[in-house]
Amino acid sequence: MKYDKQLPQDTEPVIECRNLWKIFGDDSDRAMAAIISEGLNKENILKRFGCIVGVQDVSFSVSEGEIFCVMGLSGSGKSTLIRHLNRLVEPTAGEVWIEGENISTLSPTGLRDLRASKMGMVFQNMALMPHRTVRENVAFALEVRGYNRKKRFNIANNAIEIVELAGWGNRYPDELSGGMQQRVGLARAIAADPHFLLMDEPFSALDPLIRRQLQDQFLKLAKEMKKTTLFITHDLDEAIRIGDRIAIMREGMLVQVGTPEQIVMEPKDAYVADFVAGISKLHLVTAARIMESLTDYETRTGQSLNKSDLLTACPDDTLDRLAELSIDTDAPLMIEKDGTHVGIVTKKALIRGIQGRLNNVVGAE
Amino acid sequence: MDEKNTFSPLDPFQYVDLGIADWADGIKQWATANRGTIQPIKHFLNDSINSVENVLQAVPPTVMIILLTLLAWQLSGRRVAIIVCISLVALGLLDPGAWALAMTTLAIVLFSVAMCMVIGFPLGVLAAKSNRFEGAVRPVLDTMQTIPAFVYLVPVVMLVGIGNVSGVIVTIVFAVPPLIRLTSLGIRQVNQSVVEAARAFGASPSQIMIKVELPLAMPTIMAGVNQTIMLSLSMVVIASMIAVKGLGNEVLRAMGRLDAGKAIVGGLGIVILAVILDRITQGVTRSGRERGYRHWWQGGPVGLALTTIKSYWKRTKPNGESNRHKHTKLHKMKQEQDRE
Repeated sequence: MKYDKQLPQDTEPVIECRNLWKIFGDDSDRAMAAIISEGLNKENILKRFGCIVGVQDVSFSVSEGEIFCVMGLSGSGKSTLIRHLNRLVEPTAGEVWIEGENISTLSPTGLRDLRASKMGMVFQNMALMPHRTVRENVAFALEVRGYNRKKRFNIANNAIEIVELAGWGNRYPDELSGGMQQRVGLARAIAADPHFLLMDEPFSALDPLIRRQLQDQFLKLAKEMKKTTLFITHDLDEAIRIGDRIAIMREGMLVQVGTPEQIVMEPKDAYVADFVAGISKLHLVTAARIMESLTDYETRTGQSLNKSDLLTACPDDTLDRLAELSIDTDAPLMIEKDGTHVGIVTKKALIRGIQGRLNNVVGAE
Repeated sequence: MDEKNTFSPLDPFQYVDLGIADWADGIKQWATANRGTIQPIKHFLNDSINSVENVLQAVPPTVMIILLTLLAWQLSGRRVAIIVCISLVALGLLDPGAWALAMTTLAIVLFSVAMCMVIGFPLGVLAAKSNRFEGAVRPVLDTMQTIPAFVYLVPVVMLVGIGNVSGVIVTIVFAVPPLIRLTSLGIRQVNQSVVEAARAFGASPSQIMIKVELPLAMPTIMAGVNQTIMLSLSMVVIASMIAVKGLGNEVLRAMGRLDAGKAIVGGLGIVILAVILDRITQGVTRSGRERGYRHWWQGGPVGLALTTIKSYWKRTKPNGESNRHKHTKLHKMKQEQDRE
């Protein structure tokens, strides 16, 4: 679960985007110059140069092993953004650094090496090659790198087993269901054992039940393989389930970047707030956020607690767990960390927390 | 006389003569003047055509029927093989001389089609990759397909002289455009997301072309080859006007003598050749998967032969020392396939 995950914030970022701009159109360079010199906005750029601004001044970094979700509606530029990381799309301005290397400076061969050995990509529409069997599809990146048939098929078989498709290697993609096809897509991405996974709305085209299965499977895999992942989605639930951090994207800009809890509990503006309004807080909010200190509680209520009678929980326990604990008691919960009492969660605070009205959590009953 | 000298704005063209026909006639002089330079190429092509024809003529009809039927079976399935076999027999029965004439025509047509592929295929790929080239080549192809063959018949004869080589050149001019067009179209129609995926996994442009674009464009390209073959066949009568022998010449001569019977025999021979070539090439576009097997060597006469050999092998050497390893491995593979 998410609450016990430590973010590796102190490590060097392995993916870094610096002030990335992408403007589509024949006049993109002049449009870019106009943006810098005159500060034109999107509408004026379209009017004056007939250019469409896809990505505006996006900067972010991803640490090793992190799953970074980019969430946005269609047309927000998230698919364009992810294609900058392997230069399927060239930026109009700005830089992309992968493992300390500015990929704009790579030669065509260097770029192909990067794509074949370091990046595995999964596409929304699967994009499997219809004339190749599942095994040949999975082995594609290895074939491109010149592995011989036996070697690449061995590796591919392994990847096919990992996504639980053993025995389907000789089939063709059109003989598989949508969910299975996307598992082939995933196997193809991990077969070359890349450092990074680029996932462009991988589960969006699937029906809800299959989507959930694949999300679970992916989470399990991600835990085992610890690959740095950039995950694009238009589904906030999915972003929260999968992401260590989430970036909300709107009209080519990153509106907010943060952990799922930060996004849900502290939306930066009305747009994000709108998004998270319907999200259940049960599995996101932890006791640490709704507890009050022992002294506060005692001065507020004027009574001292009999500590040994109370049920205890950890600061990292979710609301779901706290609700489960306090279901049979009216007494508040004691929050304990490393053997010391760090706080109290009253029933009111718990209910307010579940409602998502955190401003009202602490206070008089 | 008086009328003719007065310029009339209602009919201005009557009084303007740019002399285009005279100017264009200069091509004739140019052609005759440059005759010498292309002689070596001409001889080379002529020898090639003749050797193709000699091979086809040397094979006895019965053997040829068997070979072509087997080929059709392998490439296009049993049904096509039966059609091809029946058509070939019918071709031989048309007239005692028909078979030899048909082989001559077949040699010219096959050679023309091979040349068309050598020329058309790279140009088609180029047209698919470059919008500018596509734009430039399109009107040229339109011209080649619509301009009457008689127009370029004369310059070609002036340059090359009568005979098979001129016949092939004239045929190529008419037959190559659909191959270029359909090759370009087929490559352009390949699903771009698949191409993008190939790029994302580090494929180079040439790898994308060979491993993704060409295989996926193949049905359309084969339709182009099929069209080229059909158009080549439709040129055989015109080509016979510049001394190309074969069924076309038969039709032409019959026409001169108002001999309807001979014309029909020659015409039917061309039609039967067309049916045979059409069925075989159309069948090639159907993948083996549609016919129920995965590799080309698993179907047709080759597949049959392999299965027979395999079962014979199993029966005679079930415990052969040297083959035990191979055998168990085969068996294991078979089991794996069955499971899958």
